[in-house]
Amino acid sequence: MNDVLDVALRLIVVFAVFLVLPLVVGQTEHKVMAHMQGRLGPMYAGGFHGWAQLVADGVKFAQKEDIVPANADRRIFQIAPAVALLPYLLVLLAIPIGPGEGAVGQVIDAGLFFALAVMGIGVLGSLMGGWASANKFSLLGGLRTAAQLLAYELPMLLAAASVAMAAGTVSLPGIVGAFEWWWLPWQIIGALVFFTAGLAELQRPPFDMPVADSEIIFGAYTEYTGLRFALFLLAEYAGIVVLCALTTVLFLGGWHGPFGGDGLGWVWTLLKVAVLAFVVIWLRVSYPRLREDQLQKLAWTVLIPLALAQIALTGIVKVAIQ
Amino acid sequence: MSIATAPLAPLAAAGHGFLSPTGVEIAFVLVGLATLGAALVTVTTKQLVHAALWLVVALGGIAVEYLLLTAEFIAWVQVLIYLGSVVVLLLFGLMLTKAPIGRSPDADSGNRWVALGVAGLAGATLVWVVVDAFRATWIDLDGPAQGSTKVTGEILFQHWVLPFEALSVLLLAALIGAIVLSRRNTAAEEAADAAARTGKGQR
Repeated sequence: MNDVLDVALRLIVVFAVFLVLPLVVGQTEHKVMAHMQGRLGPMYAGGFHGWAQLVADGVKFAQKEDIVPANADRRIFQIAPAVALLPYLLVLLAIPIGPGEGAVGQVIDAGLFFALAVMGIGVLGSLMGGWASANKFSLLGGLRTAAQLLAYELPMLLAAASVAMAAGTVSLPGIVGAFEWWWLPWQIIGALVFFTAGLAELQRPPFDMPVADSEIIFGAYTEYTGLRFALFLLAEYAGIVVLCALTTVLFLGGWHGPFGGDGLGWVWTLLKVAVLAFVVIWLRVSYPRLREDQLQKLAWTVLIPLALAQIALTGIVKVAIQ
Repeated sequence: MSIATAPLAPLAAAGHGFLSPTGVEIAFVLVGLATLGAALVTVTTKQLVHAALWLVVALGGIAVEYLLLTAEFIAWVQVLIYLGSVVVLLLFGLMLTKAPIGRSPDADSGNRWVALGVAGLAGATLVWVVVDAFRATWIDLDGPAQGSTKVTGEILFQHWVLPFEALSVLLLAALIGAIVLSRRNTAAEEAADAAARTGKGQR
């Protein structure tokens, strides 16, 4: 019976993290963007600096009528938000935040492949929503999403493969366990490629062509209202958390820190995730949106050659130090 | 096919019957039936995009079967390549060309009986090969995982490295072929455009 309790406890903790961290990132985005743009941002809900703004947003979304367009493909339109959101919950299960068995939802032998594979599924939700809405803007958004995923999946995988080569394992706790501080300069190109490609996969600015509001309204999500729309937004923020956590685990050494023993490992992980999430928000405020051809060009002519060069470098160093 | 089973030495041989299935075996059969059903719907549905989405279910079912066979690495690669890339490419192609909501009565091909024959033949061959290769071997679920990344990598790059390399050369050839085909088209079009511009076209 103890095993069942253990599993249940882990699932509850991961689910709580899944519900809380994306909201924290969302609220941080409100405030950070406001300050970077020299304005106040939401200030009233909850009293102190509008801390309850997202709760109020949630109540608003829940009250709205859930509309399915008349010509839409009803069932696919309705399950698309779930397909977009659930993969990130599954990925969170496999990410270790501290050393030892106790600090990861579930140890998976091929954790790196699991995380990348399941993250790729989330995009199917956008495609389904874009197609099933029976709306030209939605279809265009879906098309752009697919094109972007096809272009950026490859550099992301290649960069991740470089770390797996360096560590000699594809298990996420194994990779962090093998981390040394000098991996940071060694794998820095791979880290940048991975993070950039991840941003593109999440359709975050400056890679938000699939939801470009000035051209195609809100891309695949144009026809969505109420809770289903909120689920898509939640998927975006959960995606930020997952991407930052994966980058931390793969490239920034996860629970390793300059001081503090094994007991404080999870603090280091969370700190690194928070800094990366801040960078994600920062990029949104500071860079203009890339055009579609620029997006494709960046992926195929810059990121993929860089990722291949990183793999070659990893191989050479790996052979040299053995 | 003894080479294939030799590295998987700790396979429990006897002591299993078909009349007392374990939970894993029941799950395997159920997932298999669901996969087969999804595959049938994929080829029979009249709605193009639904066919692609049912393909997702079928391919995902196969990934679950791999997991139940303890081949974890293969399962995730299946999800990564087929669900994450191939299906997205398929949907992309559908959306670019023709993806109506509702039925497409003109989507039936006259070749379907030939296709059924070929599919049946390929399926029969695969079933025969697998049954002949493994017969009454059973996976020992209690021991160390036999499909872990380490084991898969060792088998692939020690026992099966030649087919692996041959396949990679085949894929490279396909890649180059695709590039050559797409480039030749554009060159011909450019020539046609140039001929039209100078007024020296033959027609």
